[in-house]
Amino acid sequence: MKPAYKPDSSKPRLTTSAMIASIAAEGQKTRPAPFGHALVDLARTRPDVIGMTADLGKYTDLHIFGKEFPDRYYQMGMAEQLLFGAASGLAAEGFMPFATTYAVFASRRAYDFIHQTIAEEERNVKIVCALPGLTSGYGPSHQATEDLALFRAMPNMTVIDPCDAHEIEQAVPAIAAHQGPVYMRLLRGQVPVVLDEYGYQFELGKAKLIRDGKDALIISSGLLTMRALEAAKSLADDHVDAAVLHVPTIKPLDAETILREAGKTGRLVVVAENHSVVGGLGEAVAGVLMRSGIYPTFRQIGLPDAFLAAGALPTLHDHYGITATAVARQIKGWL
Amino acid sequence: METKTLSNAPGIADRAYQIRRNALRMGEVQGQGYIAQALDIADVLAAAYFHAMRYRPEDPSWEGRDRFLLSNGHYAIALYAAMIEAGIVPEAELETYGFDESRLPMSGMAAYTPGMEMSGGSLGLGLSIAVGRALGLKRKGSDARVYTLFSDGELDEGSVWEAIMSAAHFKLDNLIAIVDVNNQQADGPSTQMLAFEPLVDKLEAFGWFVQRVDGNDLDAVVAAFDAAKHHAEPKPRIIVADTLMGKGVPFLEQREKNHFIRVEPHEWQLAITALETGRPA
Repeated sequence: MKPAYKPDSSKPRLTTSAMIASIAAEGQKTRPAPFGHALVDLARTRPDVIGMTADLGKYTDLHIFGKEFPDRYYQMGMAEQLLFGAASGLAAEGFMPFATTYAVFASRRAYDFIHQTIAEEERNVKIVCALPGLTSGYGPSHQATEDLALFRAMPNMTVIDPCDAHEIEQAVPAIAAHQGPVYMRLLRGQVPVVLDEYGYQFELGKAKLIRDGKDALIISSGLLTMRALEAAKSLADDHVDAAVLHVPTIKPLDAETILREAGKTGRLVVVAENHSVVGGLGEAVAGVLMRSGIYPTFRQIGLPDAFLAAGALPTLHDHYGITATAVARQIKGWL
Repeated sequence: METKTLSNAPGIADRAYQIRRNALRMGEVQGQGYIAQALDIADVLAAAYFHAMRYRPEDPSWEGRDRFLLSNGHYAIALYAAMIEAGIVPEAELETYGFDESRLPMSGMAAYTPGMEMSGGSLGLGLSIAVGRALGLKRKGSDARVYTLFSDGELDEGSVWEAIMSAAHFKLDNLIAIVDVNNQQADGPSTQMLAFEPLVDKLEAFGWFVQRVDGNDLDAVVAAFDAAKHHAEPKPRIIVADTLMGKGVPFLEQREKNHFIRVEPHEWQLAITALETGRPA
């Protein structure tokens, strides 16, 4: 049982974030609804693109597509198994459904439907899901801590964890050009823009070295690439030279690039992800390294194998060690 | 290229007989299986494949075809029997049923069996896929229909009711479902596992055009398919077919525990003989 709340006037008390709190830091450059706008752009040249949702159109930025193309927007109601089964059926009839919900519901409630009707039947459905990892203070029902683990283990599934608005905009046409089922995590609302200043180009299946450095290699995806880049800047102030290898495609994993970078001797290798340390990018990388006989000093930053607390996102990110400050602190501690 | 549309009514009884015979031969090949279900659904499949549905046997993916989605994947033995009779699956492959590297696995797989539109083993998936198919056909302005067969046990799955609601919500008048009410599922009689009656009332309340027929009365089944196709209201259609497990082979009809039936090697010939004895003239 949780003990009764004891006020501590020395600390400011933050309110639990709304389910859809922003992950953008104050003053950070953002773009609104990159997925929704990118899908609209795609749909102008691809008449086979349709949008589908299970009562989360507004919360996955799909409503923007729906407003522009109302006859191509399918509201299925709060029924995720139906959503993905129907997406399979529409794909079988030659359409390319972008089907949205929260990551928790796709990976848990609808897993069998995605597994059997989409992945096994190899249907061209793009599953795009909001609230990846810890991006909600609403509690475990909405914190998708193991979605990457689950979809990694699904045959035929391509799995993407994009970092920012810039990447989401580029990933949408890229996953449309790919023939086959795709699961992509999504950031919605006001989404930070970070990778544009590095001249980054998304390529499906490719890991990219955003920043080089000789003391530590941070292998990261999604939100944690943004945090890793910030951490690298503050580590530089402490004369720690950190490289950041961004791995947006979790499956298929760019083993070649990972092995090349992790194989460079003299660097601590840290895998950082907005996901459980179980079964996600960290264990995927560990598996690749072990099988290839590459054994650097290896650490993981990620969410624990536990049901996470509810609360304010900044508090939770600090508590679970995924802020830029926490990432830098842990790396210094390991060096 | 012969497009199958209407078939002569007298021939359908013979088709049902052949479907049953094909199923028994496949059962014999494996020694066991969902043979009682194949026997109970043969009349429905005969009406579907030799009266109601439009398709080209030599081109199972012809765009203008009516789609048939087998939600209860374990009835694959029955669907293969019908598709062999229809010429969609070569007769020579009948003996490969359930064997390694066969195109006729025990549970229907979309990827490698001609005419198999979905992979159905998990149960409760088909109606949702059928909703998507029907939506897709409407999007394309196609006049093809979606038929889907599922079993009374699948009425227990919540996803089936999501799809039932959705089909009515979208007014999918190009969707014709058939539910096989044989009142048997893995752990016992379906009505005792999770009571679902009054089923017709429920489905009507959910906005479907419902017909309930004796699923082994071929004339009634044929008439039900006709009425389902031509019903004027913008509603999805369902035929609730009450069937008898093992129909056509009296000693199998009476066998208890016939959900996954075991038949002794010598009994297969007895079954075929019994079927022949009851064969329509």
